[in-house]
Amino acid sequence: MKQLIMALVVGLWSLTAAAELPTHAFTLDNGLKVLVREDHRAPVVTVMVWFKAGSIDEAPFETGLAHVLEHMMFKGTDKLGPGDYSKLVARYGGSDNAFTSYDYTAYFQQYEVSRLPLALELEAERLANLKIDDEEFFRELQVVMEERRMRTDDNPNALAWEKFQAVARPGTGYAHPIIGWRSLLSQLQPEQARSWYRRFYVPGNATLVIAGDVTREQVEPLVQRFFADLPAGSTPPRPRQTVNPPAGERHLSLSMPVKVPALYMLYNVPSLVTAENKRDFYALTMLAGVLDGGMSARIETELVRQQKLVAGAGAGYSGIQRGDGTFTLSATPSPGVTLEEVEAALRKQVERLQTSLPDAAEMARVRAGVLASQVYDKDSVMGQAMELGMLSTLGLETDLSETFADELAKVTAEDVQRVAKTWLVAERLAVAHVQPQRGEEQ
Amino acid sequence: MKTELQATSYKLQGAKMSASSPRRAVLRAASVGGAAPGLFNWLQGLRSLRFLAVSMAVLLSACASFPTTEEQVAASEPQAPELDIQSWRTEGGAKVLFVESDALPMLDIRLVMDAGSARDGDLPGQAVMTSALLGEGANGLSVDDIARGFEDRGAQFSSSSYRDMGIISLRTLSDSEYREPVLELFGQVIGSPSFPQDALDRIRTQMMQGLRMEQQVPGPQVSKAFMATVFEGHPYGTASDGTLESLPTIQRQQLDAFYKRYYAAGNAVIAMVGAISRDEAEQIAEQISRALPAGEAAPDLPRAEPLVERQRNHIQFPSTQTHILLGNQATWRGNPDHVALYVGNMILGGGGFASILTDEVRQKRGYVYGIGSGFSAMAAGGPFQVQFKTGNNNADQALSLTLQLIDRFVTEGPDEEQLEEARTNILGGFALGTADNSDIIGQLGAIGFYDLPLDYLQWFSRQVSAVTADEIRDAFQRAVDPDSLAIVSIGPEAPQIVPVEADADDSDEEAGQ
Repeated sequence: MKQLIMALVVGLWSLTAAAELPTHAFTLDNGLKVLVREDHRAPVVTVMVWFKAGSIDEAPFETGLAHVLEHMMFKGTDKLGPGDYSKLVARYGGSDNAFTSYDYTAYFQQYEVSRLPLALELEAERLANLKIDDEEFFRELQVVMEERRMRTDDNPNALAWEKFQAVARPGTGYAHPIIGWRSLLSQLQPEQARSWYRRFYVPGNATLVIAGDVTREQVEPLVQRFFADLPAGSTPPRPRQTVNPPAGERHLSLSMPVKVPALYMLYNVPSLVTAENKRDFYALTMLAGVLDGGMSARIETELVRQQKLVAGAGAGYSGIQRGDGTFTLSATPSPGVTLEEVEAALRKQVERLQTSLPDAAEMARVRAGVLASQVYDKDSVMGQAMELGMLSTLGLETDLSETFADELAKVTAEDVQRVAKTWLVAERLAVAHVQPQRGEEQ
Repeated sequence: MKTELQATSYKLQGAKMSASSPRRAVLRAASVGGAAPGLFNWLQGLRSLRFLAVSMAVLLSACASFPTTEEQVAASEPQAPELDIQSWRTEGGAKVLFVESDALPMLDIRLVMDAGSARDGDLPGQAVMTSALLGEGANGLSVDDIARGFEDRGAQFSSSSYRDMGIISLRTLSDSEYREPVLELFGQVIGSPSFPQDALDRIRTQMMQGLRMEQQVPGPQVSKAFMATVFEGHPYGTASDGTLESLPTIQRQQLDAFYKRYYAAGNAVIAMVGAISRDEAEQIAEQISRALPAGEAAPDLPRAEPLVERQRNHIQFPSTQTHILLGNQATWRGNPDHVALYVGNMILGGGGFASILTDEVRQKRGYVYGIGSGFSAMAAGGPFQVQFKTGNNNADQALSLTLQLIDRFVTEGPDEEQLEEARTNILGGFALGTADNSDIIGQLGAIGFYDLPLDYLQWFSRQVSAVTADEIRDAFQRAVDPDSLAIVSIGPEAPQIVPVEADADDSDEEAGQ
């Protein structure tokens, strides 16, 4: 069986190589990075602009600012009234949105390909000429407060997760929620948004990604026309944010209006960006796959199906981040099982990784999943644009998905054991027990 | 490569109202408050972004020279590639739809059965549980064998269940070295499921934990109450995920019987997209069809009837927002007004930022983060539904304003300008609906399941070009009676209808600066 899987994995390499698509990169004089992915399957295009500015760049008193500014990017410029941006996109059959994350803020438009010039002109306009009107700002802040109520305040698991992050990632910008603490969010002022825009929304801090039925020859003149004249600007330094030295073992006990208890465990581990030894990133990726790479991985097989300790559980490594990464375990216990029992079972899984080597078959299965995903991921133009933009914004190689499988193949069982022993240790661990309030449990 | 999207976006991401999520996703996502860890899942996360409301335009403010590219873009005819759909029936009676696409070495297969929760009868949760147990054991293979069999070869198998449909999906590499063993396994999994008792007990427990977790948050409770109110007495009114009372009573023989009846070849659509030839597609379809139980299409469901007078249903819940759903039974698959309602809804509330509801209730007043309307046409019915959530102190205002906006739209219909914006939006974005294999397989599944013509997408766009404002107004008046819309809500207090001023003060906006 083991040999069969190995043979299958080797075969997968040739397939993924065939699926590679041309990517072009160039930089304008003002520092704007441009990435073009050619994918001619369908007459569509995705245009994204990524900024190196996310919620981790916010000062403690201005949490939520990066995201509020993202909202204000739709509220008008010198030439566009509030809402006109999205109306223009819609009029020409496009769809648009934006998202703010810890590490970055990104905007996208998707269209039939003949709409490309409009897409670029609109992005350039709000990069150069955003107007933040006081009254519009406060009205939009109300919308964001509603967004926060919807996402977090009325969802006890989301609230618990937010409280847990504050404990789990101390001393970094990852400790506060992207949408902002409720009280601080409500006090934000338009001048803070203007300042944020001036600081971070400059060509030298941005990556423009164009993916779809386009060629470099076709897009470069358009990019020059709309973006080349924008002043370069400058951006304040963004210090690297790590949890180092380790913060020590942390326990959080929460009583929430939940009906079902929950367990969260998080280890502070390096990311691909912060790892001194890049191999640790690949080994942690492999380790996460062995634990939870699918229905055949250890968590589903052992904790869910054999021991029936949990109704649901998951493990994951977030290693593509600007600061330190996280290794997270979470679980919903089966009825009658305590959080202590579930925690002990998850700790035992971690311990096993530290004391014994994973099977070759388990590792081969993880590699098979990664290689097949390399093919499947090419099905989405938007997904490709996302990947390029995210990697570029984090300062990583944009061909990472092509080299990823090769690097993963170099990971040995001993590497997996080594990173389990080095990083999944008590002084890097935070644990939260979320319990129903008295009288809530059923 | 593994990354995950933890982000907060500008626009609300659309939620499918008739969906019933696979158990794994529910429990996992919920357990980490929306930031679900998991390997290789980030792209799926992104996919959901695609279901953002596709927006559409109302009148643009005057900006004569900007954008300079608008004239050029307006003049270019958007491409709308036609899908070359091939269709036939297998010997066992399954309808096959196939699109050959060799750009990527992969194959997507989707089986769509008339096996949704509308077939639950007196046993709510039966359809979802039958679906969830596929892959848990088959023909002497254990769940571990099955999971490894797919995952060793990089294949992705899943099953899900909705009101009308039971869906089984498979994504595999198309190279025969991978494809053939994967399809062999797939045939056993879908054709000889063993419904093991221990898997049934485990999944029952998981589903019940899922139901308990739903009671922690307002959204799922109010959605269920809406369907139960509007479709009271109709199969669409049943709780797809079952109830804490029904789930414990479900026996494996019932699932086996449900499977044999509703997962029959004659009740199935087989959709395929990928890098295989027509000959190979025919062989695969026969192989799948032969694996399924023999049997015929399920009988038609009774057509749902609209409520004739307003029902109000409020659930008391200590949330900071009040969630409000307004609606009634309004349409069905095959409704001759389908296109008129679709285009009209884009203008009223289905078109995101350019639609009337978002403009008035969010943009001009800041009451909500997201508001939207939609017609969900299913085989035997389909609600018109408007939904939003708002801070408790704005609930009366937001409800009253929304009712007034709906009433006005139904009475007056759209103006020519709004209609033209909606048209250019829908037609201009047509290419986005069939851009990748995931899009195409979804279109094929729907076309096959609802017996739509193979050139349905072209037909649809011709209809969009031709529809008039009067037709839209008349279609809305046939489908939606504003006075009989059910009002279903959840929050600390039932929202009240109060006098409001529907005309937002545009002058105020101009004065802004």
